[in-house]
Amino acid sequence: MPVSELEKIQEKKLSDLVNYVYRHSVFYRKRFDEAGVRPGDIKTLKDLKKLPFTYKSDLRDTYPTGMFCVPNEQLVRFHVSSGTTGKPTVVGYTQNDIDVWTTSLARAMTSIGVGRGDIVQVGYGYGLFTGGLGAHYGAEEVGATVLPVSSGNTERQIELMQDLGSTVIACTPSYFLFMNEVSNTAGVSIKNDTNMRVGIFGAEPWTEEMRKRIEESTGIKAYDIYGTSELSGPLFTECMYQDGIHIWADQFLIEVIDPATGEQLPDGERGELVITTLAKEAMPLIRYRIGDITVINREECKCGRTHPRIMRVLGRVDDMLIIMGINVFPGQIEAVLMKIPQVGEHFMIVVDRVNELDVMKVQIEMTDEAFSDKVNDIMALESKVSSSLKHVLNIAVKVELVEKGSLPRSMGKAKRVIDNRKL
Amino acid sequence: MEDKIIKQISLFAENKPGRLANIASNFRKSGINIRAFTIAEAGDFGIIRMVVDRPDDAHEVLHSAGFTVSETNVLGIEMEDVPGGLGKIADVLGEKNINIDYAYAFVTKTEKALLILRVNDIEGAILVLQGEGIKLIDMADIQQI
Repeated sequence: MPVSELEKIQEKKLSDLVNYVYRHSVFYRKRFDEAGVRPGDIKTLKDLKKLPFTYKSDLRDTYPTGMFCVPNEQLVRFHVSSGTTGKPTVVGYTQNDIDVWTTSLARAMTSIGVGRGDIVQVGYGYGLFTGGLGAHYGAEEVGATVLPVSSGNTERQIELMQDLGSTVIACTPSYFLFMNEVSNTAGVSIKNDTNMRVGIFGAEPWTEEMRKRIEESTGIKAYDIYGTSELSGPLFTECMYQDGIHIWADQFLIEVIDPATGEQLPDGERGELVITTLAKEAMPLIRYRIGDITVINREECKCGRTHPRIMRVLGRVDDMLIIMGINVFPGQIEAVLMKIPQVGEHFMIVVDRVNELDVMKVQIEMTDEAFSDKVNDIMALESKVSSSLKHVLNIAVKVELVEKGSLPRSMGKAKRVIDNRKL
Repeated sequence: MEDKIIKQISLFAENKPGRLANIASNFRKSGINIRAFTIAEAGDFGIIRMVVDRPDDAHEVLHSAGFTVSETNVLGIEMEDVPGGLGKIADVLGEKNINIDYAYAFVTKTEKALLILRVNDIEGAILVLQGEGIKLIDMADIQQI
């Protein structure tokens, strides 16, 4: 569809949405009134910036259902976030919300060639977390067969992958690498002994280098999936060209802003992603500060789709570490490490404050391939990693090689940072 | 020449309590005997080097216990118990431009001193040392010690 037509749809839906929330939500009416905005002021997409932002803290402050626009009897489901970074947030869904969510993922799966004949092994957690059920519904919608293993139980995952011939895996990229490690130890090669051909990986930031590593070691095509529970769950993926995540413009409106000033940034500039839901009923979100750092690309994709793309999300505003006044994203560190062939997948960033100074240490697991019994060789590897990190981050980083298997493994989101500073 | 090469077990270990005990208990369970042993320590980590009676089994045991471990080719030299014994070895290798990466020594039950050497050119070193009449020990000797 031409961009102009998509924009017409967006304008109509945006103006309907603003009227809808003003009528149905006490929260938004108050917000709009405080900002001095009337629904009638929002006529074109250019007026978007007049609307106030919505924050994750708003969902917490109105816990559990204070942001809902429909009475509870119209809901067909709740999902609840884990609350690892504070009070949990609750999202309610009408039947239509579930349908829109399913359609979004079905489009995404179609764009990577997943459909009838595929067996989709869902290794995201099922339950209050949206990952499992989201991938499940999307895969069923495109006619694929779903194998709902949920997360964990790694030996079983590998056994079922072989016995039932799963062709697609949906889980976190770190968990898939862990599966690969476990299956190799058991003498099973995902590349040669299974039908696995596509991975749908997300729920944690990962890098281009990690993609290369996954694709080379397991022989699958690895695609990035994006979404968050507040917006329904996982919603968008890259297409076959693996060049940015397509955001369905008829359902969601995106902008990138400067996180410090809140000003919209031109396309192509890196900033915080802000999303407005155009098709949600139970809990629409207006200019939601999702907290992810990315870049928007509105050029037509090689696949022919005109829906805008966001580039790979490399970090979150909240994950940003400030080390001696310099902003550091764990994703930057991962990108550096993945470029060094002797370094394995497992690492941990440890930040301490020693004598009033921030000290950052990166622990990396020794691999069988990198091990030399000469002390000098190991110290040379440490200083090679350290100087590559310094080159990119502009701060001194102490690198420490640790024994293999000694860093925590994760079945869900990988924990990469331990911040011991008492700030 | 091959039979004069000794397989040493080298292992990466973090410098923290309990690591050595873990290795020792794995060996005890498998009945593996350590003949010579040294730790090269470098701050947060160390490299443990050992000559054992059954190197392939030792490698297997430690690898399946999750250690990063390798077998390294080294030389075992029976030292003359006279002043200048070590100097002679260092001299002949030096003359042929063979570098000693590391070395450690131990004394056997028969009261002989044995020197373990890792060099950058093991085959060259064997030729030179044998040419000088210096006695190299082999894996069979290690099992006898």
